[in-house]
Amino acid sequence: MYNFDIERPGSVADAATAMGREEAQALGGGQTLIPTLKQRLASPSVLVSLSGIAEMQGVCTTDDGRVAIGGATTHATVARDAAALYPGLADLASHIGDPAVRNRGTIGGSLANNDPSACYPAAALASGATIITNNREIAADDYFQGMFTTALEEGEIITEVRFPVPEASNYQKFVQPASRFALVGVFVAKFAESVRVAVTGASNDGVFRWSEAEAALSGNFSQSAVDGLSLPGDNMISDLHGTGAYRAHLVGVMTKRAVTAAG
Amino acid sequence: MPKDSGIGASSKRREDVRFLTGAGNYTDDINIHGQAHVFFLRSDIAHGTINSVDTSAAEAMPGVVKIFTGADFEAVGGMPCGWQVTDKHGDPMQEPKHPVLAHGKVRHVGEPVAAVVADTLEQARDAAEAIDVDISELPAVVDMKAAVSDGATKVHDDLTSNLCYDWGFVEENKAATDEAFSNAAHVTTLELVNNRLVANPMEPRVAVGDYARGTGDHTLYTTSQNPHVIRLLMGAFVLGIPEHKLRVVAPDVGGGFGTKIFHYQEEAFCTFAAKACGRPVKWTSSRSEAFMSDAHGRDHVTKIELALDGDNNFTALRTETFANMGAYLSTFAPSVPTWLHGTLMAGNYKTPLIYVNVKAVFTNTVPVDAYRGAGRPEATFQLERVIDKAARELGVDPIALRRQNFVTEFPYATPVAVEYDTGDYVATMDKLEEMADLSGFEARRKASEARGKLRGLGVNCYIEACGIAPSNLVGQLGARAGLYESATVRVNATGGLVVMTGSHSHGQGHETAFPQVIADMIGIDESMIEIVHGDTANAPMGMGTYGSRSLAVGGSAMVRATEKIIAKAKKIASHILEASEADIELKDGTFSVAGTDKSLAWGDVTLAAYVPHNYPLEDLEPGLEETAFYDPSNFTYPAGAYACEVEVDPDTGKVTIEAFTAVDDFGNVVNPMIVTGQVHGGLAQGIGQALLENCAYDENGQLLSASYMDYAMPRADDLPFYQVDHSCQTPCTHNPLGVKGCGEAGAIGSPPSVVNAVVDALQSAGKDVTHIDMPLTPARVWAAMQG
Repeated sequence: MYNFDIERPGSVADAATAMGREEAQALGGGQTLIPTLKQRLASPSVLVSLSGIAEMQGVCTTDDGRVAIGGATTHATVARDAAALYPGLADLASHIGDPAVRNRGTIGGSLANNDPSACYPAAALASGATIITNNREIAADDYFQGMFTTALEEGEIITEVRFPVPEASNYQKFVQPASRFALVGVFVAKFAESVRVAVTGASNDGVFRWSEAEAALSGNFSQSAVDGLSLPGDNMISDLHGTGAYRAHLVGVMTKRAVTAAG
Repeated sequence: MPKDSGIGASSKRREDVRFLTGAGNYTDDINIHGQAHVFFLRSDIAHGTINSVDTSAAEAMPGVVKIFTGADFEAVGGMPCGWQVTDKHGDPMQEPKHPVLAHGKVRHVGEPVAAVVADTLEQARDAAEAIDVDISELPAVVDMKAAVSDGATKVHDDLTSNLCYDWGFVEENKAATDEAFSNAAHVTTLELVNNRLVANPMEPRVAVGDYARGTGDHTLYTTSQNPHVIRLLMGAFVLGIPEHKLRVVAPDVGGGFGTKIFHYQEEAFCTFAAKACGRPVKWTSSRSEAFMSDAHGRDHVTKIELALDGDNNFTALRTETFANMGAYLSTFAPSVPTWLHGTLMAGNYKTPLIYVNVKAVFTNTVPVDAYRGAGRPEATFQLERVIDKAARELGVDPIALRRQNFVTEFPYATPVAVEYDTGDYVATMDKLEEMADLSGFEARRKASEARGKLRGLGVNCYIEACGIAPSNLVGQLGARAGLYESATVRVNATGGLVVMTGSHSHGQGHETAFPQVIADMIGIDESMIEIVHGDTANAPMGMGTYGSRSLAVGGSAMVRATEKIIAKAKKIASHILEASEADIELKDGTFSVAGTDKSLAWGDVTLAAYVPHNYPLEDLEPGLEETAFYDPSNFTYPAGAYACEVEVDPDTGKVTIEAFTAVDDFGNVVNPMIVTGQVHGGLAQGIGQALLENCAYDENGQLLSASYMDYAMPRADDLPFYQVDHSCQTPCTHNPLGVKGCGEAGAIGSPPSVVNAVVDALQSAGKDVTHIDMPLTPARVWAAMQG
């Protein structure tokens, strides 16, 4: 680890100011960033810790019925406090990493990092969530722009994420045996007028919507609707743990399971 | 009725109090006043010519004490290899130089190129980043068969090829074996990979070198399974330090699994640098370094053929194996694919003719050496897989085929040089069938199928050679060491005693189990006995712990020393009791004269030994301390039968282990609880190899599985609740305890039953799958199901 300064602002405004310093890096729960620093793969001059900002903590329901989660809220808190409000999302949060990860890692940190195998991007994209920063609101459809790439500008902080609550939803994760990140994860969200399906872990382009399955499921929300649908494997991740063809196959299997589990 | 102390009792592990409460003393806990820290700059290139290593900028960095490169070690010996294999032509193996720090070339990712000693580790790392290393990359040699093909790039320019040796065993049997194949009614052939593994002990390797300028004494604290072996190898072959000026201490060690047997560069470096820098020098491996510097295990590619006659009797076995040595020969690497592998190819079966060919190959990868089981898992896996395949081809029950070919009369001289002293393979198989409820399998399969899962049953046997080993025999086979063990028993005046053993405990529970043996022999409480190990300054020359040898060899040495103690104590007692020595009996800690009511407590005799007022001084020295060295007359042969039941998810290829039963014959058992724990751990590692673990390189020699993000270790929820039994006991016939060894059995015996079970599951669904290479990841199983 290289030397760095650390700032612990108490408000979003102070955090935004601190992020204006040269080579500043926001620190959420540190579940990706701290190992990266220990490996000397990053050398920010200042870390801006977001964990002491009260207005970025917690889960609530907005006036328009969306579930709002503060950007610095841990996975464990989401798992507990969103359980009644958005069970599909809470269930996803309860299966991220291990207890240590869930009690440090944050939703804002996960979405800002946009690891291609992370769970939260699938929930945000399938829900049609809104990513709220200190500057603006970004629709999930515009936010995710490829592996580790998002619409966030330099220094921009995710302060809140707002999730429309679907009628039914479920996330199915098939884990990579070593890391237990998603080898393939599929989040299915059934709304009154449509179904959204988001896939993580599989694609070289990061999280994506499976529009063919969405169309089929919007007319017939049952696993049989997915029968016969398939994704091409050529742009899927291929590594030690599975070929692109295997991942493409798993997307179908996990989608069906998610539909069945969502009921 | 279970015993509550002594041999056969499940005494609680006394060492766990300190291990589980943070009171252990591991090498990393050792910090010496004034110590500096070393950071090794390791090659990120698999194969290349070192043009220059410029340390000038780094030397000016804050806190830097001294920077070393390969040139600093030119006058020092290379890392030694402890076993010389002779090839099938009678020529010695090719043995390359193995420098402490790379010199001239780098040959694997992770090889140390320079070492920075600084006041703090962070300063050493900072300075290492300022070292300018100029390496011209060469093509990497990764695939073993390509490595030994014509025109292959050579890993070592001064060797004739990348072939370390081409070993034939038993060469005299080759023609007869080939003849038997040409006369066979059926031949089953299987090509398979025994996957490369990383041992991953919980405690990474650590070395602390210290040098006393006033006396010229060197001390090395290190994470070793065998401190005396390190002292001999490093002192005599690398640094030129005589044993009396070199102390090696291996205190609490957090798991070894073989990978802490070997003498490593970092140990030699820290010892050397402590003198060169005038300060103690400490190195603690990071987990990342462990992946690319701890010796790896396994990595064989094998073709095995089994010949059967018209009645399904095994008539001959023939194998060809490519065994990866990595870039250099680790300490005992050459012995693993040969004498620890070829000699076990008979398994539990009376196959009359066996020929084993092994080609050991250099590649641009981390050196490969012994890992839990070492050669014996590789032998067991291929044999038990080919038998299963043969049974399926012939349409016979795989258990019946095994039973039909079992060795049933002992001693049994195999055609591969070893003689099994005892065993009862029918008994272990009977026990397995009962415990695993094999007759109920079809019902369980139907229940799985009703849930959409494919269920499979896999069974295998295993035998291993433990209690390593008769020194004169291994000397003939190329070992450059003896393989006896030592013990000194020091009885104190008030009756308590200390055993200084050359065996080393790095999790096995010696501090608990060894006293149980002596407590029984003398009839005193276990708490009166203390085990001391891991320090060359106080234990007699010993060979350490590996190959499931501690109780069979180290325990036998302890028994012999204790027998000497008892014999002397009886002489003292006979003097005090004024009786004939032949009439003195020792029972429950009391000496008595046969046929009389005269007796003397153990403590009275031990006190007399050190306060010899009423003592036969003209005939007997005072004191009560004895040393014994025990050299076994044969290996021991633990054996067993294992059964695994799996479910396969046909949609994803995911395998889950639904049941696992292990029936082992370890001979006599001293502490059943510890033995069960050893089996559990071995099973976890064997199942890990079968389903999860895979050390993978790309074609450029880059390590793909270089962290736990990509190297899958078994976790608790990957494993079933095991059924373990060791009640089938045929005691070893040639050591005083009748014990065989239990440390490696689980890792040796479990992989084939897992793979056999998965193949069985897939075939039950009509899939034409006869083999899948380990690890059986979901992706591999799914791919196999697609045909």
